[in-house]
Amino acid sequence: MSATLDTVETILAAGEDNYKYGFVTDIDVDELPPGLNEDTVRFISATKAEPAWLLEWRLKAFRRWQGMTAPDWAKLKIAPIDYQASTYYSAPKAASGPKSLDEIDPELLKTYEKLGIPLGERAALAGIAVDAVFDSVSVATTFKDTLAAQGIIFCSFGDAVREHPELVQKYLGSVVPPGDNFFSALNSAVFSDGSFAYIPPGIRCPMELSTYFRINAAKSGQFERTLLIADKGAYVSYLEGCTAPQRDENQLHAAVVELVAQEDAEIKYSTVQNWYPGDAEGKGGIYNFVTKRGACRGANAKIAWTQVETGSAITWKYPSCILEGENSVGEFYSVAITNHMQQADTGTKMIHIGRNTRSTIISKGISAGRGQNTYRGAVKILPGAENARNYTQCDSLLIGKTCGAHAIPYIDSRNPSARVEHEATASKVSDEQMFYCQQRGLTQEDALSLIVNGFCKEVLKELPMEFAVEAQKLLAVSLEGSVG
Amino acid sequence: MTNLLEIHDLHARIVGGRDILKGINLTIKAGEVHAIMGPNGAGKSTLSSVLAGKPGYEVTLGHVLYQGHELASLGPDERARQGIFLAFQYPVEISGVNNMYFLRAALNAVRKQRGEAELDAAQFLKAVKAKLSLLDISEDLLKRAVNVGFSGGEKKRNEIFQMAMLEPALAILDETDSGLDIDALRAVANGVNRLRDPGRAIVMITHYQRLLDYIEPDFVHVLSDGKIVASGDKTLAMDLEERGYAHLASAA
Repeated sequence: MSATLDTVETILAAGEDNYKYGFVTDIDVDELPPGLNEDTVRFISATKAEPAWLLEWRLKAFRRWQGMTAPDWAKLKIAPIDYQASTYYSAPKAASGPKSLDEIDPELLKTYEKLGIPLGERAALAGIAVDAVFDSVSVATTFKDTLAAQGIIFCSFGDAVREHPELVQKYLGSVVPPGDNFFSALNSAVFSDGSFAYIPPGIRCPMELSTYFRINAAKSGQFERTLLIADKGAYVSYLEGCTAPQRDENQLHAAVVELVAQEDAEIKYSTVQNWYPGDAEGKGGIYNFVTKRGACRGANAKIAWTQVETGSAITWKYPSCILEGENSVGEFYSVAITNHMQQADTGTKMIHIGRNTRSTIISKGISAGRGQNTYRGAVKILPGAENARNYTQCDSLLIGKTCGAHAIPYIDSRNPSARVEHEATASKVSDEQMFYCQQRGLTQEDALSLIVNGFCKEVLKELPMEFAVEAQKLLAVSLEGSVG
Repeated sequence: MTNLLEIHDLHARIVGGRDILKGINLTIKAGEVHAIMGPNGAGKSTLSSVLAGKPGYEVTLGHVLYQGHELASLGPDERARQGIFLAFQYPVEISGVNNMYFLRAALNAVRKQRGEAELDAAQFLKAVKAKLSLLDISEDLLKRAVNVGFSGGEKKRNEIFQMAMLEPALAILDETDSGLDIDALRAVANGVNRLRDPGRAIVMITHYQRLLDYIEPDFVHVLSDGKIVASGDKTLAMDLEERGYAHLASAA
């Protein structure tokens, strides 16, 4: 019998209860009863005092959604979801708009304190501007004034609709149309809040922008939208983190993220996703159905997605790039871990439209326990994409022998000058590697963590420093319940 | 002088198999260098694996005392932190993990056990520089991933470098000479000689006498079919070189 297997099982067993973000905040909320119909959509829009065009936009999306069915092509086993059983709006009381930090419920501040998200003074020290989304609404955006001095807009989505309707109307749905897929249609109908950022021409955003998503309420879904625009020659690095309480029932998260990079602009979008993954037997956990897409609209634009996906019971997510501008660049760096009963079907789409467009895909999938991990990627070279280049590397690491790893790459090249490369490997953490590390004094957990971090290195080094440290710790924690 | 290692009537096997070690008795004191020789299948590598606590092996009879304590109760990482070092016959590759980073993690684990402060990156680098010259290792080797793309000689040299950094009380060198050309062998042997220390015992496991031309042992033992069938000083090794193992094996 394999010694590694013993090792891993020991570690797996030790990690049953290691989701440290699983606490619930006891707070008064305004909440809709479960259920979804046109009135739900109207209620959400009215609560947020939205303009008529936005309500129309939502209703159109809702009607579209009613005629759609959930996608079943992913390699995911999902029990049928009753969309009428979810709550579509839950907001901390008296938080109908972002407030100054003094006005925020102290319970909420405590929650973010526990999560390690600096909303107050500490934000200044950390030098990161944070927009915090709690259940359905944005509760605090820090550093707004500092950023405004440079013309940068960073606020909750609701604020953006009120204060910058022309920008929202211009870009909303321009990268991910409401009818793009089942979940984007649902999101478009019922999205409650989210983050908005606009970087004006030639401005290099002086700090990392960050959104922290937190699902708190029971039986509630979270449907936030992020819209991020880097105008000509602008640069921004954006961080996104997520956690949720530990609950026995599954909760729905269906977000939409749209990025627009104009000529010579660059957007770096990094995610550490740590939604509650469910327990070892697969009870509870977040269903994460997310549509993320960026458009490189102008020449020399660049969009890089980096994601570390450690949480959620189910992850269905394909951050993609539409490379329209000449010489534009799309990058996707991903680490996805599935442990216990977690399932992930994640990857990217790189759509090459402009000449000399380039894309890079580096995907690292780690499976442990009975986890199932699928890389699904599409590289599409359209006829006009002269000299397009893609490089894809897709590696899987298996821990134990009850998990699975799968790679499903699609390549569609319609221009003979294109060059598309694909490399894939699958490997296991070997007994020899574990013993070698332990013989040098490392504990089982440290050994496994070291090996896994080494495996993910090419992706982790793409993360901003402070996020990379968090991601490494998260890998270790997820691997306590599956990896050291 | 107290005994560093006492092996009493040790029987051991791969889990589920038949005994490979069939009654080993051996006592080693600090400062001594022992060579354990023997033909293929004699149990040499099993002995090193059992001493290091490699998973998949089990002791069926007898016991081992290390620094006066039962070794059996310690896991492989605890043994390492308490000063048992195994230089691997086939050092293992760990891609993506920087050699320096790995070594620092190992050194800090060992230092913590000894009650010493962990070294930060700068202090560690200083310690590394001091040992590098000892072993004629290029700095380039330290920047690469652990053993990935190393030549056979580089791997073995790296093992000895790790030993130099970790400063074990008991170093077991498992076929460290295998696969080395004469220059690499000389470099590795020089490194080991510089690590000879009154406070440290070294156990060399080898097939061939030639390693002993470079590292002179205090004692030589011949292992055959799971038992030590002869012990002596370095002249025993020369004798073996001339007459082979066969006559000793039959004597057992």
